[in-house]
Amino acid sequence: MLIYAFDRTLDGVLAAVFDAYSLRQRPDALIGEGEPLPLFCDESHRVATTEEKARRVWKGLEKHLSHEAMRMLAVSFLSEDRELDTPLFHYIYKVFEAKRSLERNFADPDVLFVTNTARRVMHERLRMMQFIRFQKAQDGTYLGVVHPDHSVLPLIIDHFRDRFQDQPWLIYDARRQYGYYFDQREVTRVTFEDTASLPFDLRTGQLAEELLSENDQLFQRLWRTYFKAICIKERMNPKKQLNDMPRRYWAYMTEKQ
Amino acid sequence: MLTERTIEKLRILAESAKYDVSCSSSGTVRKGKAGMVGNTVGGVGICHSFADDGRCISLLKVMLTNYCKYDCAYCVNRRTNDIRRATLSVSELEEITMEFYRRNYIEGLFLSSGVVRTPDYTMERLVAIVRDLRTVHRFNGYIHLKSIPGASRELLAEAGRWADRMSVNIEIPREESLKLLAPEKDHQSVFQPMALIQQGVLENKEDRRRLRHAPRFVPAGQSTQMIVGATGDSDRDILRMSSALYQQPTLRRVYYSGYISVNTYDPRLPVLKQPPLVRENRLYQADWLMRFYQFRADELVDDLHTNLDLDVDPKLAWALRHPEAFPVDINRADYERILRVPGIGVKSATLIVNSRRFARLTSYHLKKMGVVMKKAKYFITCGELSASYANPIVGVNEMHPERLRPLLVSEAQRKRAALEQQMTLDFGNNEGVTTTDGTDKTD
Ligand code: SF4
Repeated sequence: MLIYAFDRTLDGVLAAVFDAYSLRQRPDALIGEGEPLPLFCDESHRVATTEEKARRVWKGLEKHLSHEAMRMLAVSFLSEDRELDTPLFHYIYKVFEAKRSLERNFADPDVLFVTNTARRVMHERLRMMQFIRFQKAQDGTYLGVVHPDHSVLPLIIDHFRDRFQDQPWLIYDARRQYGYYFDQREVTRVTFEDTASLPFDLRTGQLAEELLSENDQLFQRLWRTYFKAICIKERMNPKKQLNDMPRRYWAYMTEKQ
Repeated sequence: MLTERTIEKLRILAESAKYDVSCSSSGTVRKGKAGMVGNTVGGVGICHSFADDGRCISLLKVMLTNYCKYDCAYCVNRRTNDIRRATLSVSELEEITMEFYRRNYIEGLFLSSGVVRTPDYTMERLVAIVRDLRTVHRFNGYIHLKSIPGASRELLAEAGRWADRMSVNIEIPREESLKLLAPEKDHQSVFQPMALIQQGVLENKEDRRRLRHAPRFVPAGQSTQMIVGATGDSDRDILRMSSALYQQPTLRRVYYSGYISVNTYDPRLPVLKQPPLVRENRLYQADWLMRFYQFRADELVDDLHTNLDLDVDPKLAWALRHPEAFPVDINRADYERILRVPGIGVKSATLIVNSRRFARLTSYHLKKMGVVMKKAKYFITCGELSASYANPIVGVNEMHPERLRPLLVSEAQRKRAALEQQMTLDFGNNEGVTTTDGTDKTD
């Protein structure tokens, strides 16, 4: 079995494809650098990621795949799913082999796996658009804290910039400890050096009371009241609720706090 | 300025509005605009939350007031009901909408109202709110406005300039039944405003062909709702009405609302121990089949089957009534025929027709594509599922529909359907239970 070790970046996957073709090899699997090799590995190669290799493979892919399929490749990687590395590599490898698009061949297990992974990520992107809750701080900034399974923030900022262009906002990923801040002109990626001094609770996203804008508590209560009032008791269906709004998102949602 | 009292009013007015099922923010894509708040995303819209009853919360669904001078028997807000009444001020309603929107609680507003003084008086207030939202608050999100029966043509025309969607509820498919329950209404009072809105939309299309920047008129079209189980109207009555409505180019959605016994004291209404949710679900499935699977109403319900089968979904029911349409060859049949196979949806049908150009599909592939093989296997042939001497096909024709049917209905499903039939049987024989607020259940 031939194994490639790579640096766990998307560029790394692309560089692995580059290496495979220049070494005329067909590795069986990709693993992260520093991880133990599987038992039956008899040969391994360490991929040196360079921008140049990645760029050339990406450019090459563009000749065979549609714009949409290219986007799906990039999106799938945001899943941060380690299981994805090998199928993603094989998918790209096979595109160059076939010299045509495989993107619609869902009978191919690698194509199907990558497509399904990308779909999962896109689904969570939608969930962020649904479930992010902002609180308004005294300085007028709207703060929304989330804890997504996949690294989907880069996929939602366009939506929020378009929608809330006249209010400054900060969307923060509590799991990955970074966020995006919008100052009504542009979006910047932000991290906080010292997480202990964050003005909000990482587990609930709640902003410290003294920093909340004057009426914010009232609007939170109004929303909770509305949420309860709109429910029809005769139709109680907690199963459907959980299905459409999984419990893991509740901690950060005003109506469930 | 909002106060504690506002919270109470919002509670009352949301409770009064909640029986209107539509909450969708679908049907129009509008990018953000400089100096305005909001956009609309199109597609099916965004659900921002799900209530404990599992229903999507997309819009702030609220009435301006739940005082009403009419007395529609099926409505919790009818004037003879002794419930708490409230009215939000125009500015309260606008502020709540904007503040909810900015916190990403909602996609926009779904505004309706009871009728006070005159229809035009009420409609004017509603129009003032949506106009303010657009022009003063620069709100660019979604607005659904329920039109007031009997409002003037001028007010409808102005409302349509600001709203994304407008609705007029039919509530009861057969006119005799409607007149019995809502003496102040008839079909004319529903279809006339519908026609006016439609005319507005079509004229606006013309205008926009000449003048690209002419403001849009009700861009997300109309919707309507029918109550299920408040009268003896059959599923055929309902689906025929839906099918006729979908012929109108601006009618986008028909909603079905399982009747909840809100006014148990009224002898014209059945006392249901539980709302007919299985039936409601079957109607949504049938509606879905008409809109996306090219089924006609008369294929789903006919003289012999005036009501949908509660045990099985309408697509499976159709397949069991039409074994001659099967088996369908997955590797060859047209997309339309593949769509008719129970267990195959739009998504997997699309995957199938795309993939089979690369490889001969087997049930392994189908499973991976999300086909429910437990159902589908009786209706298809594919790679290895084809007749051969060693491996004879066992499908709907070999087994016969009546023997296949029990295999495809789970015990739980059957029980739920049977229970519902029981609970809704005492139709028409009212126990005469009187409640003070009209919202109590009998059990
Ligand atoms: S007019 Fe509307 S609010 Fe008034 S009783 Fe009839 S359905 Fe209810």
